[in-house]
This record gives sequence, C-alpha cells and structure tokens, in this order.
Amino acid sequence: MTHLAQLAQQLDQIFVLAKHWLLGYVPAGAQPLCSAVLSVVPIIIVFPLLFAITTLLERKGLGRIQNRYGPNRVGPFGILQPIADGVKSLTKEDIVPITADHAVHFLAPLLLVSASFMDYAVLPIGRNMVIVNLNAGVLFFFAVGSLMELAVFMAGWSSRSKYTLLGAMRAIAQMISYEVPLVLASIVVIMQAGSLSTVSIVNMQATYTGIWPHWFVLTPWGFAGFVLFMVAATAESNRSPFDLPEGESEIIAGYYTEYSGFKFALFFMGEYIGMFATSGMAITLFLGGWSAPFSFLTWIPSYFWFFAKLLALIAVFIWVRGTLPRLRMDQLMNLAWEFMLPMTLLNLLTAGIWHFMPAGSSRWLVCSTMVVVPCILLSRGLKHKKKFQVRTYHYSE
Amino acid sequence: MVGEGILKGMAETARNFFGSFVSKDRLTTVQYPEQRAPQIEAARDFPFLVYDGADWHQGMRCVACQICEKECPPKCIFIEKSKDKKPDANGKPQFYPAVFNIDISVCMSCQICVEVCPFDAIKMDVDYDLSTDDRFGGLLLNKQPLSKSNEYYREIHPTEAAEVDARLAEERARKEAKAKSVAEGKLATAAQAQPASGEPR
Repeated sequence: MTHLAQLAQQLDQIFVLAKHWLLGYVPAGAQPLCSAVLSVVPIIIVFPLLFAITTLLERKGLGRIQNRYGPNRVGPFGILQPIADGVKSLTKEDIVPITADHAVHFLAPLLLVSASFMDYAVLPIGRNMVIVNLNAGVLFFFAVGSLMELAVFMAGWSSRSKYTLLGAMRAIAQMISYEVPLVLASIVVIMQAGSLSTVSIVNMQATYTGIWPHWFVLTPWGFAGFVLFMVAATAESNRSPFDLPEGESEIIAGYYTEYSGFKFALFFMGEYIGMFATSGMAITLFLGGWSAPFSFLTWIPSYFWFFAKLLALIAVFIWVRGTLPRLRMDQLMNLAWEFMLPMTLLNLLTAGIWHFMPAGSSRWLVCSTMVVVPCILLSRGLKHKKKFQVRTYHYSE
Repeated sequence: MVGEGILKGMAETARNFFGSFVSKDRLTTVQYPEQRAPQIEAARDFPFLVYDGADWHQGMRCVACQICEKECPPKCIFIEKSKDKKPDANGKPQFYPAVFNIDISVCMSCQICVEVCPFDAIKMDVDYDLSTDDRFGGLLLNKQPLSKSNEYYREIHPTEAAEVDARLAEERARKEAKAKSVAEGKLATAAQAQPASGEPR
C-alpha cells in the first residue's frame, strides 16, 4: 500500500524530478538560467498545442451544436485540421496597410502573445509546478493581463482604419469595464485565503473534510464569485456573447481587421492563450487548482486534474459560444456596471460575514440569502427599467 | 430572473450536441464530393452552346450573330465571326463562330444571352464542378468545352428542351412547307412560262 502511494507520489512529481535530474548535469553558475528555461519552454509548447486542439474541438463542438459535422476532411475525423490551418496561415501573404504605423503594427501581435504567456508565470499547474511563486501572484496576474488592452489598442490605432479603431475602442471599453468585476470577484478568495500567492491559495483548498474538498466554489460567496468571475473572464477574452470588438457583421474583425497571415494567427492564438490563462486563474482561485475533487482520487497526478478542469471550462466556453447571441454595446455596459459590479461588491460583504459567523447551517442560510436575493432583485429591477417602444431614428426623419 | 433564458438555450444546444451523435436525421449535411443534393430542374450556372447531331462542330447551332456578345452585361462573351460558311444541321450554309469564348470568372449567370438568342444556340448549364488550378486559362472556356449536345440539354432541362425542340421542329416544318410551296409555285410558273419563252431568267 505504501509502495503504491509512493509510486503515485513519484508520478505526481515526475516533471519536477525530471527537471532536478536535468539540472544536476549543469554547472552551478548556469543553473538559474537553465532552470528558468526548463520551466518556461514546456509552457510555451503545451499551451499552443492546447490552443490547436481547442480550435478543432471548438469547430467540432459548434458544428454538433448546430447539427453539422464540423471539420472532418483532414486526417481521420479531421484531427489534422489545426496543422492544415497552421500551414495555411504561415504561407499566406502578410499584408500591411500602406498608411499603417509599421513598427506598432508589427509589435501589437507580439505584445499580445507575450502578455498572455506571461500570465502563466504564476499559475500552479500541478503540485510544486509553478514557474515563480510570487507572494503577490494574483496581483501580477491581473497587472499583466491588462497589458493585453495595450496590445489591442496598438493594433487598432496603428492599422489606420475605421474598423480597427472602432473595434479597439469597443474592446478597450469592454475590457476595462469587465476588469473591475473580474478583480472584485477574485478579492473574496484573497480575503478568505489571506494571501495573494497563488500557490498558498491552492494549498489552502487542497484539504478535505471527509471526501469533500475545501474548494472555494463550494461556498455561497465562492459560487457567486466563480460565476461572476467566469462571466467577466468571458468578456475579458472577447468571447461570445461578448465578442463585440470583433463583431463580424458591423466592424469586420474589429481591431485585427488589417492583419493577415501569421500575424492574424498570432492574434488568434493570443486570445485563446489569454482565455486559458483566465480559466486557469478561475481554477486556481475557486476550483481548487490542481487538487482532486474527492479525497479518494488524490492518487491521480495533480497536473491531470488541472488540465481536466481547464478542458471542462473550455467546453463550457464553447457551449456558451454555441448558444448565446452577441450583446448590444449598451447591454454589455449595463451588465457590467449595473449588475456585475453591485453583485461583486455585495459578495465581498457576504464573504466577510461568512468569515465572522460561526460554522454551521446558519451561516450557509444567511450567506445564500445574501447572494440569491440581491441577484433576483437586481435582475427584476433591470427588467423593469427596460422600456419597449418603437425605435425612431432622429437623423432619418 | 437573469439567466433563466440562458439556461433554456443551453439545454437546447446540449440536446442538439448529443442528439447529433445519436440520430442521423438531425444531421442535414450533404458530404459534397461523395454525395450530392439533387438539383432542381430550373438550376443554372453558366451558359453552353448546343449542337445537333453527332459532330460538335458540324452541328453547332450558333451562327455568330453576336447578339449575346452585345447584350452580355458583364461582357464575358467574346465571339469572332468566321469568314466562310459551313452547312448547319439542316444543311443550310451559315456563318459560324471562329472563336467563341466565355470567361466564367466574369459571367454572372444572368441568362440574358439565352433569352436573346434567336437560334436557341446558347443555353444554361448545371455543371458546377468547375474549380481549376489555372485561374486564367482554366476559367476562360473556348468553343469546344462549351459545346454540348442537344441530348445533354434534354437531360438537364427536360421540360425546357422539349419546348425548344417542338418549336424548332415546327419552324423547320413550316420552312419546308414554304420551300415546297415556293418550289411548286416556281415549277408552276416555269411550266406556264416555258411555252412563252425559253429564255432563262
């Protein structure tokens, strides 16, 4: 029995052990650099691969949701489609508008991709598997995440096109609006954990009462925070139903209208990598990071659980994209400022009350009421405010 | 409450997702190169030239009148009239197109050429597998690939072809009758005129 447990533990730590074994062959002076490279390179390989798989899964899933097959021509069941897409985008002509600001136009996709990769520095992918354990990890994550807005605006501004500029303005407005509920939704976890370090937040959740884990999502404030965080994350990564910045029907492809070939692919990848990073943060904050969902499943390697949760969240993203139509700009802003923001602020209060009430069913009752009642009242109120009327256009009269 | 409609919609898409794996009836996709959806009879894409009989050049109905060339809105037809004449399907000597090109990358499938043709020589085709790796030569069709038999026309547009065939047959019969009566009249006048004078006209 102990032998099996040891084997499971070794399997869990196989990448960490492999890294230490490799570092043993390196002279001591070069070890910090080699250690950094050995930590970063797997991230740079694994997540673009996941991106490739996700594009295929997304197209397949959306197809099935719409009663179609999806791509099924390249290779058996279309599994080689991402390779075909990659070759296509690599061999396409790279067109830069003649009036564009060439340097900024060139730098925007690079900044977007590098900013979205930097998010992974603080994500614990498995037990002892994090690049840097910053004691302000969550803060670092959101600070780097907001670099993406800069990249988006660089792309929109430098292309010198109406569509890109409109798309960039929409994207900036949306991303800044949703960053507020995104950060506020995650503060409840920081309050409870008392730490900004992602590693200690996960460690705190990786304990069990009976078979049940101490994930923050399994509390009223944690559940509300998780849902609010995921909605804000969807908006943050410009995904449907919040994909106004690239609303095809009005502004072509938004801020990356003027990008073609591999730069377009970089934008696409940056967006997906960013989405994985925010999903990874949601997992870290609310879904217990790499910890197993039940105490009797802890023998399965920790990184498996992280990626299983990540894939589950990606599936939800795809499912939502296949279901919901795009919001209007005013609806988008109203949702952020009139619903999400009050809910996240109330959630802070709920988390505080949860902390100071004695454990038991009474605190469950109070905190659940504090989440559900404002949600119902707010949505009712917003519905009442809506006026249905015949639209008139001032300029056409 | 916020989210009720969203959950309903998500249930519907989930039903679609799993249903498409279970029942084949849900999947309406026709897997194109292997399967094809049946075409309706009025389908049309690009024009072709009709010929009668077995030889495409001999039986070509087109007499190079160039009306279609002039009427074509995007100017995708190019015709060069022949210097000599060749007998058409009825044996009557006619001009024929020395060059007849249609640029199907320009053609907009409006069917105006078909409507203006007085000889029923140009009709609309239904063949849509026209992709090519040569975007200049491969999309400029000259008269040989454009020529297709009347049997083919009957096959793709049966109703329309029957109508055209009937009209052409009627016209031919009328012409023959007219020719016959003219010939008979000539004979009669010749017979009348002969005793008066043997002078040739």
